[in-house]
Amino acid sequence: MPLAAANTVEDLAQAEARDYLWTLNFGPQHPATHTTLRLVLMLDGERVVDAIPDIGYLHSGFEKLGEHLNYNQYVTVTDRMNYISPLSNNIAWHGAVEKLLGLELTPRCKYLRTILAELSRISDHLLCNGAVGLDTGAFTYFLYAFYQRELLYDIFEALCGARFTNSYTRVGGAMYDITPLVIEKIRAFVRGFPKTLLDMERLLDRNRIFVDRTKDVGVLTKAEAIRRSATGPIARASGVTRDLRKDEPYLAYGDFDFQVCCATAGDCFARYLVRMAEMRESLKIVAQAIENLPTGPVNVGIDERTTLPNKQQVYSTIEGTISHFELMMANRGFTVPHEEVYGATESPNGELGFYLVGDGTDVAYRARCRPPSYIHFALFPHLIRGHTLSDVVAVLGSLNIIAAELDR
Amino acid sequence: MALDVPENVVVSQLDALASWCRKNSLWPMPFATACCGIELMATGASRHDLARFGAEVMRFSPRQCDLMIVAGRVVMKMLPVLQRIWQQMHEPKWCISMGACASTGGVFDTYCVVQGIDRFLPVDMYVPGCPPRPEQLIQSIIDLQDQIQREGTIGGREFATRSRQQPKRALVELPVISLPRGVSHLPQGVRVE
Amino acid sequence: MIDPQTIAAATAAFPSLSWSEFRTDTRAVAPRDELYAVLEFLRDRRGFDLLVDITCVDYANYRGAEDRFGLVYLLANTRTNERITVRAFVNEPDVCVPSVVPLWEGANWLEREVWDMFGVRFEGHPDLRRILLPDEFTAHPLRKDYPLQGRGERHNFPVLHRAD
Repeated sequence: MPLAAANTVEDLAQAEARDYLWTLNFGPQHPATHTTLRLVLMLDGERVVDAIPDIGYLHSGFEKLGEHLNYNQYVTVTDRMNYISPLSNNIAWHGAVEKLLGLELTPRCKYLRTILAELSRISDHLLCNGAVGLDTGAFTYFLYAFYQRELLYDIFEALCGARFTNSYTRVGGAMYDITPLVIEKIRAFVRGFPKTLLDMERLLDRNRIFVDRTKDVGVLTKAEAIRRSATGPIARASGVTRDLRKDEPYLAYGDFDFQVCCATAGDCFARYLVRMAEMRESLKIVAQAIENLPTGPVNVGIDERTTLPNKQQVYSTIEGTISHFELMMANRGFTVPHEEVYGATESPNGELGFYLVGDGTDVAYRARCRPPSYIHFALFPHLIRGHTLSDVVAVLGSLNIIAAELDR
Repeated sequence: MALDVPENVVVSQLDALASWCRKNSLWPMPFATACCGIELMATGASRHDLARFGAEVMRFSPRQCDLMIVAGRVVMKMLPVLQRIWQQMHEPKWCISMGACASTGGVFDTYCVVQGIDRFLPVDMYVPGCPPRPEQLIQSIIDLQDQIQREGTIGGREFATRSRQQPKRALVELPVISLPRGVSHLPQGVRVE
Repeated sequence: MIDPQTIAAATAAFPSLSWSEFRTDTRAVAPRDELYAVLEFLRDRRGFDLLVDITCVDYANYRGAEDRFGLVYLLANTRTNERITVRAFVNEPDVCVPSVVPLWEGANWLEREVWDMFGVRFEGHPDLRRILLPDEFTAHPLRKDYPLQGRGERHNFPVLHRAD
């Protein structure tokens, strides 16, 4: 694909004078680019002078699909955005839809969604840090992380039936209620995870090679982070103390005692440490939530006319029958205000928000996803200037770029 | 006249021997684009270990692989890259299309996703699923191994048969039904403006 | 949620803003000519230093819409956690808006995506070209007159056979 390089070099004449630079195509098919990213690097020996990202190799038309699928069908598509932590995408999507509808969830559902959001945060950070470890050469760390993720997959599979890409949430509730088996599995995970986290920290936290490869590499200052719209662990590692779970509490986060993890250095090592610390805090939230899970129904009541009532109600009460009919039959479905809304959550990658335009029917008129990976990938040329070729991999891994969220 | 064959001599066909060698050392080239890529990584990880089946290393260089596993949706910007990598692989080579998106386009019947890579590449094995479980991918590799053993020749003549040469399609496209606006619950057809 | 003083200060500086509120979102509609000044005022004087998103909505099939394209700027204040949505409407044939890249560097790629998907030009953008779609693509897909399955671009490629 032809790329215009003139825009990123200030002076074209200056560029011609520096013709000792060579171009390396860090192509869309490369093991260290997590799936399909392309970087055209202009190198002076080993030093990166400029990096021009070329994206769109996974652009699948998610936003156009959002205008054709209804709110409960689209949750299956949101799974496939940030596929490392699909539950947090589902929760973000339905959080925005419920904000548009003005629905208040049941306490049990809020706690459930909080638990699942935190478990998917652990899953995402495990993979991100695991990938950073793998790309810098720490293969054992990667295998430890993947084994823990398999345990999380077991939990998700027992709950929703799918290892990942589980479209678990529905408008006003969830697909299935949690069962005692799943609660036991979560308890077992909570008991066993701190030991593995300690093992993983012992592998890399004071490892000379890892620290040398990641300290002072890819430094992002606080002012630059805000100016370039960074959110999530990347911004928090630069000193921006913004966490939507504390600043704009949603779901049940107000009930739990946890801390927001920040660092000031802003380099890859700080981002790695912030993610490790966030996993600990997430585990604390899960431990508190699973012991205090409120009883009651998971879905909102029949009066709201958004979730399918359970079969007992459909067969025995008239409201249940009518509600089921209204939701299932073609050309019906719940009505949505003729308005626009933006609902955001703190996903593991940053602020994941959906800007929804409702037009009365149960198909969104416009479903815009605010993708944290897209905005963070724009940071990359700024971070990598002046570093060496081997730092490209470390910085790219620490930014946690998921290509499907990047390209949508 | 019967030959007196000592005990430590095995007699076989050259084709069978070559196929046996090839099938038990299929080195995959993971062309991981999206969510199926994560399941591919999980298949290679410790719980479901793909290395047991000969896929010891997942080399990312097409010159060193024989099996290309296309895991994930292929968009029109990526397809020339995919074709180039296929061309760079050496003979004999096989292709597994992993997941619904690579086989038929999957959930994404949109303006940019290729509705099945078998429109543009010869595919030997399709793995359904979104994403397929690691066990399904391992089953597909076992099936591919059986197919190689059955049909393999040392010179690669099995690729010259008519059935292998013709492009076959996993998805037959039906005419798009144009629905009136507001009808969204019907399972088939996608609303076209 | 937003501080009432912000609304008062912004209205005092720009009387042509029209405000509305819906489910804790505060929205302001600015005329296109004052858009840059409004955003600069909000960033410099009211502390909205984080640009959350820039997006566009094509109101071609929307009941009760007067203009075709609505640009949406979502801003946030990291100190007081306020959020505000600023909207501007543009119509054909003059579908262009001043770029806010001088204010927030993060707007660079967000505006490129709006150009790619909707065809809204941003004056003053340093590098306005397609980002998600191939450069050869001619249409703007998220407009309402472009079909979901596209117009045949996705299958316009050579077929490789085994003999090749």
